[in-house]
This record gives sequence, structure tokens and C-alpha cells, in this order.
Amino acid sequence: MDNVIEIKDLSIQYATDEGIVKAVNHLNLQLARGETLGLVGETGAGKTTTALGIMGLIPDPPGVITGGEILFEGTDLLKLSKQRLRAIRGNKISMIFQDPMTSLNPVVTVGDQIAESIRIHEKLSRAEAALKAKDMLELVGIPGDRYGEYPHQFSGGMKQRVIIAIALSCNPEVILADEPTTALDVTIQAQVLDLISKLKKEKNTSMILITHDLGVVVEICDKVAIMYAGEIVEYGSLEQIYDQTAHPYTKGLFGSIPDIEAKTSRLKPIPGLMPDPSNLPEGCSFEPRCERSCQLCKEENPPLIEIGNGHFVKCHNYGKVGEGEDV
Amino acid sequence: MIRYIGKRLLMMVPVLLGVIVIVFTIMYLTPGDPARMMLGAGAPASAVEELRETLGLNDSYFVQLLRYIKNVVFRFDLGQSYASNKPVINEILERFPKTILLATLSVTISVIVGISMGIISATKQYSIFDKIATSIALLGVSMPTFWAGLMAVIIFSVHLRWLPASGSYGWEYWILPSLTLGLSSSATIMRMTRSSLLEVIRQDYIRTARAKGQNERVVIIYHALKNAMIPVITVIGMRFGALLGGSVLIESVFAISGLGKFIIDSISMRDNPVVQGGVLLLALSFSICNLLVDILYGFLDPRIKSQYSISRKRGWRRNAQAQ
Repeated sequence: MDNVIEIKDLSIQYATDEGIVKAVNHLNLQLARGETLGLVGETGAGKTTTALGIMGLIPDPPGVITGGEILFEGTDLLKLSKQRLRAIRGNKISMIFQDPMTSLNPVVTVGDQIAESIRIHEKLSRAEAALKAKDMLELVGIPGDRYGEYPHQFSGGMKQRVIIAIALSCNPEVILADEPTTALDVTIQAQVLDLISKLKKEKNTSMILITHDLGVVVEICDKVAIMYAGEIVEYGSLEQIYDQTAHPYTKGLFGSIPDIEAKTSRLKPIPGLMPDPSNLPEGCSFEPRCERSCQLCKEENPPLIEIGNGHFVKCHNYGKVGEGEDV
Repeated sequence: MIRYIGKRLLMMVPVLLGVIVIVFTIMYLTPGDPARMMLGAGAPASAVEELRETLGLNDSYFVQLLRYIKNVVFRFDLGQSYASNKPVINEILERFPKTILLATLSVTISVIVGISMGIISATKQYSIFDKIATSIALLGVSMPTFWAGLMAVIIFSVHLRWLPASGSYGWEYWILPSLTLGLSSSATIMRMTRSSLLEVIRQDYIRTARAKGQNERVVIIYHALKNAMIPVITVIGMRFGALLGGSVLIESVFAISGLGKFIIDSISMRDNPVVQGGVLLLALSFSICNLLVDILYGFLDPRIKSQYSISRKRGWRRNAQAQ
């Protein structure tokens, strides 16, 4: 399988008054064609920043990409001119944003907002683009005659559908879905997820799904990357991550999910907080919260090592005594 | 929308009646006798008394007020000027076009300069241009217009001899006054555009527009500017309204016989009908300006428009039916 997106050693920083915030640190990630990758992590782990980095939309200032490569079909997006990047953005790679309430322009009709993206990338007349935009609306389950209505006339779930329609309007190769269901209530969440995965299958699109909901991941993802403090700490197929969990942080995440069959009355949350990204520890960034921390963890940041067929983990203690006997 | 406009026009009636009563009362209470002013200090008391009788100045306050309101409301008659004996309405309409022209010219200049500088300033925040533009704007806001007008006259008329200093006889006479007024109000508009746009540029929907691959110029002009315009339009409307009545100083500096100057002169001459008529007209144009601004809001922001057109009750019923 060829990789549509390959991120190599990517680092992104934000310069703030309090110091330099290292949002993404030496991140490596691959996305194969047609695959859905779940990017999972706590708030502030650098998931959205990674996605914005791929889109070339890191707000600058204060954000700077300090190193690495983002290869899209072999070309490094970071080296492209603004103009060529714009031709890819919204066309080949598009993004579904987190908050449908604020992500649509309140003074432009939803139809025009979809047609706009079509007209940027395809040489169509205004009327043809409008027709196609209507089709897109129908595709996401909104009657086409609501083309001329404004975002305030739609509910949250419908706004999210409009945003999905915008993202899919040019048949992108890659969709970056940034917590597409966080702002929606549970019944709508399922609908929107079904819609995304259905459309994705129809068009054989690759997708990076950013979420902190492991339940969502299990439903639609093929691969999973667990992100912590701007780094990938574990990466593998869905089965590898869920059944052969290797990193203590991933174990902690699963321990934080209520299990309907378990008889335990308390959840087992991960103690402590994520380290301050402007002042990351020298060694492993998870070391201060890790049950299995050792001297080596304090001194040296562990590399990402392959422990099984395509299953990577970033931990010094993997395979050492005591590993594998508990999950 | 039409219902809304009609409602707003009706609401102007009490405002204008209020203006009539207030201005009439103030002029009534102001010391000084119009008849004495008209006839001069040396005129015999009997002649003054006779004139007061013919002008109806000896009637009680309420009789005079009601008579004035009756004339205005039923006959659109603003009375006759004490000074020239001509109908007030003619005197005013003769001068009003000049004031409107001056206000329109200066507002146009200030809109063009203010909005474009505001856009550049906001998109290139903290750049050299932004710093220069904001300092010039600060200067513009703090400089009194009459002083700026005088300086402009000294530089461009007296020293350089490029433009005439006073009067209103041809297009070249309008350049200095409208530039002075326009540039000084552009400062406010620029600052408003800048701050409003800076806020909008940080919104999520601007990021969405960029994510579509839209080019930056279109993102700013099409997506950001329309959203940022509400406070700017408000300022422009207020400036225009104020300029209609308040360009008195500039009209005096450049000796333009506009409405502002006319009203000031009439106040000092106790020419009550002119003052009342003039202020009434200004109040009317100010109200219309405000109404236009509110209608423009509706065109800029569909959320406001939907508030105009659907009364809450009807909207409720429709929602209930839909469910």
C-alpha cells in the first residue's frame, strides 16, 4: 500500500509570552491510501496542530513549523509555494472542523459556501457550481432547496453536515476530520460518523480522524496513533492497539473508560496532568505520570520502536520484566 | 422588511415632535426680543410692540407652540424668516444642497481612505505600515477640524496658491473643505475597521475559508470584511448625520453658505422660525440616516434581517406548526 501522507520528524512550536510552546515534537506518521487513521490523545496533545500543519494553516505568528517534512503523494507540502499549496488545500486535502457553530460564515448562504470551494478548484460557471453544491447538500442529507439559507437557520448537526459537504465537495484524497462530533449530541454523533464513513468508502478517501473518544475510533478506524505531548507514543492497527496495548499511557486511556460489564465501582484515571508543553521533561514526556518509570526514563527520551508487524511503541520498558501480564 | 421600515418611519414622528417642542421652548426662553433685533436698537417702542403683535409674539407660550405645530403638521409650513421675510423652507432648501454635498464628499473620502487603510493595517498587524497608519489616525482624531482647515488654507491657498481659500463657486472650491473633513473622519473609520477586522480574522470561519484554498485577498474582502462592517457602518452613519448639521466650523472657515452656518447666524439674530425649521430638518435627516444604517445592517447580516421581518410571535407559531 502506498502512503498518501507521510510525516517525517515534524516539529511545530508556538512562540508565546510565557515561552516557546512545543506543540508537536519530532512526529512521524504515515497514512495509506483508503485507510482511516485515528489520532487519539488528550486535549493539548497537539492533534489539531498536526492537522493544521498538514493544511498549512498554522496561525503564523505565533506558530512556526521548525523542522521536518510533510509528504503528500511524494511532494513536500512545506516546500511548496503558497499558490501551489492553495491548489492542494480544499481540493486534494480538506479538513472538517471541530466546531460547526463557528466554522461557517454567518453572512454567506450555506450553498454559496459549498459552491465557493468548488469554484476555486474546478473551472465551472456559477450556475454549474451551484448545481453541484446542491448535489453535495443532498449527499449529506440536506434538501437541496435549502441552498439559499444562512447558517443561523440550521441546527448544529446540519451545520456539521454542511461543513462535511464543503470538505467533500472536490472529492479530496485525504480528509482531516478534527473531532467532527465533539460539539454534537450523542444521537447526532452517530449519524455524522456513519455519514463520514459511508462517503469515505464510496470515494475511497483516506482519512485522519482526530478524536479523544476511543469508542469512535473502534467504529471506523483501521489504524490508531496515540499522541501524547506532541509525540506519537503508540501506533498500530486497531487490533494491535486494543488487544495488545503496549504503552502505559494507552493502558491508562483504556483504564479511564467505564466498562459496562466490569464490577469495579471506580474508574482508574491516569494520575497527574500532561506536562506543560513550554517546559517538557528531558526524558520521556510521560515519565512523571508513569507507574513504571525508571532512571533511564528520566534521562533519555525513548525512541519509537517496532514491537510487532507495524506496531510501534515509544517506551523504554516495553518487553522488560512485568510487561504483558496486565492490561 | 417593509413592515419594519414603515414601523421605523412612524417612530420618527414622536422624535420630530419632541425636537419641535424642545427647540421651540429653548428659543422661547432665550433672552432677547426678535422684534427688537429686526428693527434695531433705535426703533421706537411702539413700532416694536406693533411688530410683536403681528408676529404673534405676545401670545402665550402654549398658543405659540400649538400654532407652530399646527402649521408644520397640517400645512408643512415652517413660517417665514424674520430676517428676510421669505419662507423658511425656501431659505433652507437653498442652502441644504451645499451641506449635503460637503457631507457626501467628505464621507466618501473618509470611507475610501478609512476602510482601505483599516484593511491594510489589520492584515499587516504590527508592520511598519500599521504603526504609521495608527499614529496618523491618532493624530487625525486628536486634531480639531477647524484648525486643520485653517492649516490647509495656509499651506495650499496662501503659500502654494493651488486652491481657493473660501467660497463655493466651482468644483475646486470643494477640494480643501471636503478633504479636511474627510481625512479627519477617516481616522475614526480606519481605527474601527482595523479593530473590527482583527477580531473577525481570528474567527473559525475565516480558517474554513482558507482551508478551501481560497486566496487571501478574497478571504479578507469577501469573508472577513462583510462580517466586520457592522460597527464601521454605524460610525459612518453617525459621521454623516453629524456632518449634515455639524460642519458649521468648516463652513465658517471656508465661507461656504451651508445650512450649519445659516442656523448659527440665525440663532444670533433670534430668527426663531429659521432655527426651528433648520433644526427640524437636521433631526429629520439624522433619523433617516439612522434608519438607512439599520436597513444596511439587515443587508450585511441575515441574522439581523430575519429579526426585522419576522415578529417573534409569528416565528413561534411557525415553529410550533413545523413540529
